[in-house]
Amino acid sequence: MEHWRKSAGAFWAGFLPPTLWLLAFFFVPLSLIWAFSFGEKSGIIDIDLVWTFENYARALEPLYLGIFAKSLWMATITTFICLVVGFPVAIGIVFAPPKMRMWLLLLVILPFWTNLLIRTYALIAVLRTRGHVNFALEWMWDHANSFLTLIGLGSFSLLGERFEPLEMLYNNTAVVIGLVYVGLPFMVLPLYAALDRLDRSYIEASLDLGAGHTRTFWSVVVPLALPGIASGIVITFIPTLGSFLTPDLLGGPDSQMIANVIERQFKSANHWPFGSALSFLLMYATFFGLAVRALMSRNEERGGR
Amino acid sequence: MADMQDPIIRIENICKTYPGGVQAVDNVSLNVDRGEFFALLGPSGCGKTTLLRMMAGFEIPTSGTLLIDGQNMADVQPNKRPVNMVFQSYAVFPHMSVAQNVGYGLKIEGRPKREIAERVQEALDLVKLGHLGGRMPDELSGGQRQRVALARALIKRPSVLLLDEPLSALDAKLREAMQIELVRLQKTVGITFVIVTHDQDEALSMANRIAVMEQGVVKQIAGPAELYESPNCRFVADFIGKINLFDGQAKANGNGKTLVETPVLGKVEFGGDANGPVSLGVRPEKVRVSREKPGGNLLAAQGPVTDIAYYGGYSKVFVDIGAKEPVLADITNAERSTGPGFENGEKLWVSWRAEDTLVLTS
Repeated sequence: MEHWRKSAGAFWAGFLPPTLWLLAFFFVPLSLIWAFSFGEKSGIIDIDLVWTFENYARALEPLYLGIFAKSLWMATITTFICLVVGFPVAIGIVFAPPKMRMWLLLLVILPFWTNLLIRTYALIAVLRTRGHVNFALEWMWDHANSFLTLIGLGSFSLLGERFEPLEMLYNNTAVVIGLVYVGLPFMVLPLYAALDRLDRSYIEASLDLGAGHTRTFWSVVVPLALPGIASGIVITFIPTLGSFLTPDLLGGPDSQMIANVIERQFKSANHWPFGSALSFLLMYATFFGLAVRALMSRNEERGGR
Repeated sequence: MADMQDPIIRIENICKTYPGGVQAVDNVSLNVDRGEFFALLGPSGCGKTTLLRMMAGFEIPTSGTLLIDGQNMADVQPNKRPVNMVFQSYAVFPHMSVAQNVGYGLKIEGRPKREIAERVQEALDLVKLGHLGGRMPDELSGGQRQRVALARALIKRPSVLLLDEPLSALDAKLREAMQIELVRLQKTVGITFVIVTHDQDEALSMANRIAVMEQGVVKQIAGPAELYESPNCRFVADFIGKINLFDGQAKANGNGKTLVETPVLGKVEFGGDANGPVSLGVRPEKVRVSREKPGGNLLAAQGPVTDIAYYGGYSKVFVDIGAKEPVLADITNAERSTGPGFENGEKLWVSWRAEDTLVLTS
């Protein structure tokens, strides 16, 4: 890999396109948004660049801080559920027979091939009052009732007068269900990669030394899968924190997240400077998360890996 | 409890067939005695590791019984067996210090901290790592990591220590030192060792008894000297050390004698009664080389020297007497000269005593 340094032409041919790409489509728009966040609305579409902190001050008002906190909370719960659900799934895939493994991985990746909007509408069809979950519950209710009638307890209405469908849509629970559904593959894949790399003989050595499966899981598997767990948490948490489609479609009036507020500023509210300030605050929060992750992995290295 | 005279491991008719039909272990029966250094020796894929892993409980036999210390292991999980294992990759936990690694088994037993600390130090001293308890595994050399794995397995005072190719990852010099040290260690702790190896020198120099395996079958179980001097088949004769083989036909004459005829050695009479195709075998160090035709009751043949290889203490001389391959003779360079004193192409006699000849029927 020495030759490209000597040949300037080859170096620039390789170096320029990606650099220009990043400049034009990442750095320039981001700088504009950053500049807007210090601007002032002076007309319907005009923004005066007056270098004011007013937008940031407004973003730190209790109303928006509350939404920020709520978004962080929702993203945290979602990430936690993804971890708890994703770990057994990843273990299941790693220990599946090699032929099965590819199919199981495909099942995890499959949702990526469908548009998020369509998947979210499908989720609505599952969760709504006259949706598939409630149909299933109603079916079970009917049969349980027939059974009670059959054994002579039909007249007591033990299960209520009639089936009451669960209200699962348009509230925070629906949003978390939707976010977990979207985030799960992001959690499973890094966990799978980490567990796949894990040398089986560590697990066998732990069993051999008298540890049961639970003990082995907590004192050998989890510590050795820690880098994968950290990656999974980060890449699930960040997109979840910034999601707006899921809370928009599945949430109720009080389940808006910070990205919904940002979206509104750029669209219906038409206040780009404020939206830009909120965007940058969200980005700083994300950077903070990434910094923590980087710090953790450096500690791991120092701890001996 | 089991009688102390009983073997510590009793294996009866064990088979292991993997899904897909691969027969890894085929009807193996063997006993390992208490306090023995037992080796499972064979080429890769012969089933020796599968057999060891069945003792540890990581593989379930398809059929047959396995008793350890008189107890049937059929329903005993790996973490409940009175055995501990040293893995080929050592499997020293990278996220724990040396002392934590060694103390892991005792911690799981719920021993008090002070006892753990004492026994960890004791175990580390035993493998000469007493001063390295605070190190992390990635700060250790391969040889040191292996000692950690040894200490970690021995600290639980198992009935049997299982070692899966423990020396294969070490360089030649370290391996030789570790061979001697493993034997010393085994004598010190008095625990039965079962070692898996593909290295015949390792097995011969360390073990009291060796089971030679090929394609899932145990070919012979014997002590090192018996295995070398009286192999029971061509495979064992060829796998353990070097041997010159000559194909021939045997005919038993009915009074405890057998006449074997080979194209290059003519008719020779041996004890025993074999019939049909046999191989005569002779170890290279038992072959003598001379310019003059040797007298006395010797098997002898003449041919040109095809190769001479000098190894310092001895030389290998190859003489083509018209058999499938040239006869190999190991000549000790007992006197200070520049070698065996023969030249390529020179016509020489090779000879050996009839009682040094092996008659292999299978």
